[in-house]
Amino acid sequence: MSLIKGLGSERSAQLVPQARLTGPMPWVIAIMVALTTIAAAGGLALANLAGAARAELSGGLTVQIVEAEPTARDRQAELAVSLLANAPGIEAVRRVPDSELDTLIEPWLGDAGAAGDTVPVPALIDVRLSGPVTDRRLQAVRGLLRGRAPAAQVDAQSSWLRPVFSAISSLQWLALGLVVLLAATSAAAVWLASRSALGSNRGTIEIVHLLGGTDGQIAYIFQRSIGFDAVLGGTVGLGFGLAAILLLGRQFAALGSGMISGGGLGLYDWAAIALIPLAGVIIAMITARITVLAALRKML
Amino acid sequence: MNAAEGDIVQFDNVGLRYGAGKEILSDISFTLYPGSFYFLTGASGAGKTSLLKLLYLSQRPSRGAIRMFGTDVITLSRARLPAFRRRLGVVFQDFRLVQHLSAFDNVALPLRVSGVKESELEKPVADMLEWVGLGDRSDARPATLSGGEQQRVAIARAVIGRPDMLIADEPTGNVDPEMAVKLLRLFEALNRLGTTVVVATHDLHLLKKVPESLIMRLDKGRLGDPTGALRYPPKRPLPQTPGFELEDGL
Ligand SMILES: Nc1ncnc2c1ncn2[C@@H]1O[C@H](COP(=O)(O)OP(=O)(O)O)[C@@H](O)[C@H]1O
Ligand SMILES: [Mg+2]
Repeated sequence: MSLIKGLGSERSAQLVPQARLTGPMPWVIAIMVALTTIAAAGGLALANLAGAARAELSGGLTVQIVEAEPTARDRQAELAVSLLANAPGIEAVRRVPDSELDTLIEPWLGDAGAAGDTVPVPALIDVRLSGPVTDRRLQAVRGLLRGRAPAAQVDAQSSWLRPVFSAISSLQWLALGLVVLLAATSAAAVWLASRSALGSNRGTIEIVHLLGGTDGQIAYIFQRSIGFDAVLGGTVGLGFGLAAILLLGRQFAALGSGMISGGGLGLYDWAAIALIPLAGVIIAMITARITVLAALRKML
Repeated sequence: MNAAEGDIVQFDNVGLRYGAGKEILSDISFTLYPGSFYFLTGASGAGKTSLLKLLYLSQRPSRGAIRMFGTDVITLSRARLPAFRRRLGVVFQDFRLVQHLSAFDNVALPLRVSGVKESELEKPVADMLEWVGLGDRSDARPATLSGGEQQRVAIARAVIGRPDMLIADEPTGNVDPEMAVKLLRLFEALNRLGTTVVVATHDLHLLKKVPESLIMRLDKGRLGDPTGALRYPPKRPLPQTPGFELEDGL
């Protein structure tokens, strides 16, 4: 890579001084890369979360037997389970045991009343279809149960979560917007920084220009020098960003919720995140090149 | 304007103004011949530096025609100018040394720009610094050098690439008379090797030090011949001294 080669050959690198670590450039880039990394990781995790939840819920139906009288409720529930188990296109049917319901509702009602004792709790049946839940299949299941289990209410599981999905989707757009804004801000910051570097080195540029240096040679000196800053800043920024992601990931994992665990990052996601500092370096070098060439074009 | 064979620079009715101001140079016409030694004199503010800027391709004239090395440099594309600049050696009035670079690296700059290998430039650069009396200051940054020392670095940088034409703007302005004479000897030595030399100076004593030199005088932006009709200065052949070595210069 020419970037590294330029740093290695000390003599030719001295056309313009290399070490500009004291300038703000690496830090500006580091902060931008860190923020972009975090926003991108958040967006990707949300996308994975939404995808995983959707896949899990898309074939799911919930049948509730809303009947206050316990024996009638049990009878209708058992009947519904056996009807559904024998119907075509249904993969699995499971009645959620009362003990599980107790733990589910305990946070709201306290353990004072076991299911169905004090407050009537509907019986719950988890149904998994072989394909996604369409309106037609929903109607078919309702039709099947209508006469024999009149207390049955049938809902697609995903419809319960529709508000959650739309919230997640908004967050995804937010993350995408942040990534775009940060990338634009980074490019602007790099542009300003390379302009100021150019300003403080205008004398050097003029001299090399008057000694017969070509625009390409002069632009290369700056590209290399700003590329070096960008590599440094990008590495530091990626480090900070990854640390933040891992910390957040660990805290979400500690919540132990099954839904959150669907929001992890896959191999491709990590690869995409690793590309962020690379994109930063490329933006920095292209901006530097354009800026230098524009300034040179004003000289004869 | 027949591009007479062998002429190195030709100005025709050149005028220069900066921005919308009045003309700084007017009706400048002259021809420079290869191997000649020219002094450009004139009071401070007469336009010497401006004329040299046209010569070292840092400024475009507002009117007139300029040919260098047989090519019209005004209509030349930007991309082809660096090759022309590399044939010139320039001593700027304000030196224009790169402040972050050592004396050695400043002198080596033209060679590096031209793509000379590192192994091939160490000795010539060291020798050149030795010759201008700065052999022991090759690692020094310009800021740590005196005005005269900086001027000598600037001169070493201008001549290191054996240019076809050396353009020097008040190159002895900051050195004592002895060093001034020594530097003029360097220019003469280079001149005898075939380099055309143009030295701008307001120091009339300097002119006598180079007997075979030709003198151009600028007065308020016009060359000395008031009619502008004559080619200025007149052509005069120069005695060549082959085999002249730099090291014998003093
Ligand atoms: N970049 C510039 N912009 C405007 N005026 C300039 C510029 N450079 C020189 N001048 C003017 O041009 C005139 C000639 O200047 P200069 O060529 O430096 O003369 P000299 O070198 O003979 O002292 C002066 O009046 C000076 O003020
Ligand atoms: Mg001057």
